[in-house]
Parts: sequence; C-alpha cells; structure tokens
Amino acid sequence: MNWHTFFFLLFSLLACGFAVMVVLSSNIVRMALYLVFSLGATAGLFFLAGADFVGAMQLMIYVGGTLVLLVFGVMLTAQGPFISMKTRGGDWILAALVSGSLLALLIPASFSIREWTNAPAEAESAELAESAEPGAQPDTATRLGMGLLGVRVDKLAGAPKELQPGMSGYLLPFEIVSVHLLVVLVGAAYLARTKRRATS
Amino acid sequence: MEPVGISHFMAVGAIMFVCGVVSMATKRNALGVLMGVELVLNGANVNFVALSSKFLTTAPGRSLGLDGQFIALFVIVLAAAEAAVALAITLNFYNNHSTVDVDRADELKG
Repeated sequence: MNWHTFFFLLFSLLACGFAVMVVLSSNIVRMALYLVFSLGATAGLFFLAGADFVGAMQLMIYVGGTLVLLVFGVMLTAQGPFISMKTRGGDWILAALVSGSLLALLIPASFSIREWTNAPAEAESAELAESAEPGAQPDTATRLGMGLLGVRVDKLAGAPKELQPGMSGYLLPFEIVSVHLLVVLVGAAYLARTKRRATS
Repeated sequence: MEPVGISHFMAVGAIMFVCGVVSMATKRNALGVLMGVELVLNGANVNFVALSSKFLTTAPGRSLGLDGQFIALFVIVLAAAEAAVALAITLNFYNNHSTVDVDRADELKG
C-alpha cells in the first residue's frame, strides 16, 4: 500500500462518509458543515488525480463561496421549529429502495470496463511522472487558461496545420458562461430584494 | 491491494451522486434539496476529473486529457450560479410563506 492508495482511501472515505451524513442528518446547520467536509475531501481527490487547478478552484469557489452562500441562506431562513424538518418514515423506505438500486447499478458499471480497472502499477506510474520533461508537469493552470482563451497548447503537437489556430478551444463557452454568471447574479439580486417598499 | 484506477474514483462519484439524489428526494427543507444538488454535481465532477487524469489508466493517450478538467471547471461555475439563483428563490419563498418547507409550496397543484 503506497501513499497514493492511502490518501485515496482517506479522502474517499471522508467524502463518502460525510455525504452519507448529509443525507442522514436532519439539522440543516449540521448538514451544511458535513457538506463543507465532503466537498473539501473531494478537492483532495482532485489533487490526487493530478488536477491541481480544478482542486484549487473547488476549494475556492465551492467551499469558500457556494457554501458561504448556503450558510447565509440557512441563517436567513432558519427559525426554531423549522431548523429540523423530519422526513416521514415511508419516504425513508422509498429512498433506501431507490438509492440501493441506483448503487447496485452504478458501482458494478464503474468496475465493468477493463480499461478503467487496470491502473498502471506503481513503478509504471512513477516512470510516467518522471518521463514528463521538467517544468512541463505543474503548468496545468497555464494550459487551462490558454484553453479558455481558445488556444489548446496541450494539443498543438500532432494536429493538422490548418486546424492549429484556435483548435477546439473553449473561448465561446467561456464567454457564454461569463455572461450567464452576470445575468444570474443580476437576477438573483432582483429576486432576493426586500419587498418592503412595494407593500408600504 | 490493487492500485487505484479510474473505477475507484467512479465508485466514489457514484456514492456521492446517490447521496445527492436521496438528499434531493427526502429533504423537506429547500436548502437541503439545494445541498443534494451540490452533491450530485460534485459526483459528476469526480468522474470527469478521474477520466481526464493520465496517472490512473494504462492507456494515457486515450484519457480525456484537459477537456475533462475544462468541463469540471464549467460545472463548478454553473453550480455557483445555480446556488445563487436557488437561494434567491428560497429567500423569496421564505418572505412569502415564512417557511422553507418544500411540501408547503403547493399553489400550482392542479
């Protein structure tokens, strides 16, 4: 058992365990806390898979931004009797049924493809990490940033000459998602404004 | 102990997805439903990142490459936007009904 396996087991147990505790808890404040831990452990899984920039964004946007938003929502809406709303017993049985069948479908499916199950052995993986030229490995952020601007620097080699400028970059989705974010924030501010002026 | 592959990451993603679905289905608090949506999106993100990693598979040329990480980034941004709008709707609902119980939102029931 090497360190990669150890940290994978640690982070996956944390992520799955706290996700299960989010489901089982009925106190909304505790659910928010468990969700923070689960998403943070998921960021650790991203680091393990070699996606350092996505992991950092997960920590910054999800754990730092979205969860603060959720906690503010909890504080603005939670009142004594409503802070824990119990689920009825019949709903729990249905939920256990649905979740059990979904898990029984998904987990064997994820182990059914041979290409996914045979991971490179430890020596092979270390060789892969070594074989990358020095200075080329930790620049995931550069490649992702260039890709968002429309230039796939990671795919330039081996591409046909006429396709190289602007090769399958993500400039258009990037622009769409930025306008979408602006519209969403304006809409959220409009929706969540206080209604006091309208009524009085 | 076999080395960790894509399948193990996918199993983690599947468990998080199922937890999110169950949380969406059973919680009566609207914010709990929102947290279920976040869990579902995270499970999907785990799958994308695992498929894009070149350290987890014996055929590195056939992994998704950086595209999976791009999609994961877009999913994170869209999840943030969705949380903002859903929170605004929840606050509006709370202002009108002074509760966030989704079972009380039945005005549109036929």
